[in-house]
Amino acid sequence: MGLQVTDLKVSYRTLHGDVQAVDGVTFGIADGEIMGLAGESGCGKSSLGNSLVYLTGRMKYVHGTVELDGVTLPIWDFEEMNEHRFKQISVVPQYAMSALNPTRKIGKMTHELLRSRGVTYASIEDELVRRLELVGLSKDVLGMYPIELSGGMKQRTVMVISTLLNPSLLIADEITSALDVSTQKAVAGMLGEFRTRGFVKSMIVITHDISILSQVADTILVMYAGHLAEKATAETIVEAPLHPYTKLLISSLPEVGVRYDKKRLVGIPGIPPALLDPPEGCRFRARCPLATAKCKERPPFVDVAPGHQVACWEVAA
Amino acid sequence: MSRRLDGGSTGSGGAGLAGAGADTGALMELDGCCKVYKVGAFGGKRLTAVHDVSFDVHAGEVVSLIGESGSGKSTIGRMILRLSPVTEGTICFKGDDVAKLKRSGLQEYYRHVQGVFQDPFSSYNPIYKADRVFKMIKDAYFSGVDDREWDAKVHAALEAVTLDPTQVLHKYPHQLSGGQLQRLLVARALLLDIEFLVADEIISMLDASTRIDVLNLLGDLKARGLGILFITHDLSLGNYISDRTVILRRGAIVEMGATEKVFGNPQHPYTQMLLASVPQLHRKWEDVEAAYLQVSNAVEVDSRESSLVELEPDHFVRSAA
Repeated sequence: MGLQVTDLKVSYRTLHGDVQAVDGVTFGIADGEIMGLAGESGCGKSSLGNSLVYLTGRMKYVHGTVELDGVTLPIWDFEEMNEHRFKQISVVPQYAMSALNPTRKIGKMTHELLRSRGVTYASIEDELVRRLELVGLSKDVLGMYPIELSGGMKQRTVMVISTLLNPSLLIADEITSALDVSTQKAVAGMLGEFRTRGFVKSMIVITHDISILSQVADTILVMYAGHLAEKATAETIVEAPLHPYTKLLISSLPEVGVRYDKKRLVGIPGIPPALLDPPEGCRFRARCPLATAKCKERPPFVDVAPGHQVACWEVAA
Repeated sequence: MSRRLDGGSTGSGGAGLAGAGADTGALMELDGCCKVYKVGAFGGKRLTAVHDVSFDVHAGEVVSLIGESGSGKSTIGRMILRLSPVTEGTICFKGDDVAKLKRSGLQEYYRHVQGVFQDPFSSYNPIYKADRVFKMIKDAYFSGVDDREWDAKVHAALEAVTLDPTQVLHKYPHQLSGGQLQRLLVARALLLDIEFLVADEIISMLDASTRIDVLNLLGDLKARGLGILFITHDLSLGNYISDRTVILRRGAIVEMGATEKVFGNPQHPYTQMLLASVPQLHRKWEDVEAAYLQVSNAVEVDSRESSLVELEPDHFVRSAA
């Protein structure tokens, strides 16, 4: 069944008007799929992730539906969503290191969290300890305050607690960004492990780092300025992308194991458009080398090959 | 402590880090630098952040300082910029000990040596317009220069960092992008007679599509003859930009040398582990591991009780003495 998002629009209320952070987004995730969500800062990737779980005060639901395992999630209703949060859909927030309550010991905090969902702590404690051990943390962590743990340990603790009730969908928002490369690799490895062991069915991994996604994700969805640009298998996105934005982005990434004596990488000229009053049509138009008059209309997000969708007039034609 | 890296303490022909024929002397030279912080109540405990670090940077050269968090890489940058004193050892700029500089000498030092730091948003005072950083330079160093001449100088500096003056002057920091702010700071350094730049994680906060431009800018500065110390945790960026690489671990150098040698033929288990952990676009972790971790039975050596050994010309590795 998985997740099906249809024409989702979410905006931020500001004094100057609504900022359309997520504008007409349609995609699906199959059971057991790890989907990477990539894009630059301000492209709406975190807004999209958050809107599936938790619309904060400034965010406004405008349009669209979100279906998880055949059930429509009431994302516009903060109270009603409580039924689904943590049980069916769970999140590891962007700053997981500061997501833990500093005045509670980890065990006590988990206890309170479970009670709010009508689950007794005793019934799940063994499983909790087993999972902590799986990610290399000892049982003693439960008796510690967050300040006693290192950044990587907090990150792993939050991941274990978030997935404790075996949610159907986990949204992992920039969970590897603040970590060292070796810790990064360990945390990324855990994502795959969690899926294999059935702790979560499917995942959305949000990051700006495509090279991490190429390691852990099955499919990658690239966003640009609130619109979807391209979705395909991780391998296709990295080796044979079609959307001009994806192409330029991939070609601008330096890598280890390559000598750059003569080669010079180039960035994408220009900056992303402001979303307060975004341009009509394709939002990458101003920076795109292939742009034509046709791009003043918004390109549809269409299949160009099985499992490969692109929103670009030049590619689809 | 007196081990010189461009000398021949290991006696391998004296080619040294500088490479043959570059005997003009290093621009910035660190010799046996240590930094010890006093921590805990009443400073009772001692924490060694940097331990016996020696390397040098020549003009027209980019040296990457790579390490994970807590490896002391930023501390080294701060010591070079005299933002934090050296506990032991010396840092010499063109042969002069930086620690001994007094008022006017120090001001003269900052005319030639400048730093740019990680977070462009906190480098600026949000109350003032971003171009106030130029005004401050003028007041401190060029108070005699008339306004028109100064404006021309500012415009030339902005051009050098590929910024359009009309887009960035008279704007507040929040109106500019991170890449623009970071380039403004480099332009500010260029207004001085800069010869050495400490670039501390300057692109970590930038987006993928713009970070490569700032990186290329460093390449252009190098071509102008600047010496650059590029501090980063990202091995792929270090690999792209630098001529030489220094790998730090817990405050000590574990491996250093020409970039292609350190990255192409890593010898220290820590370097191998780092390279195996970097996510690569076209190769999976499993395949990479096999390539780098050939010497899986390599013995972990305590960096405090070992020394750097020159393995081949311009390639030093820490191993048990």
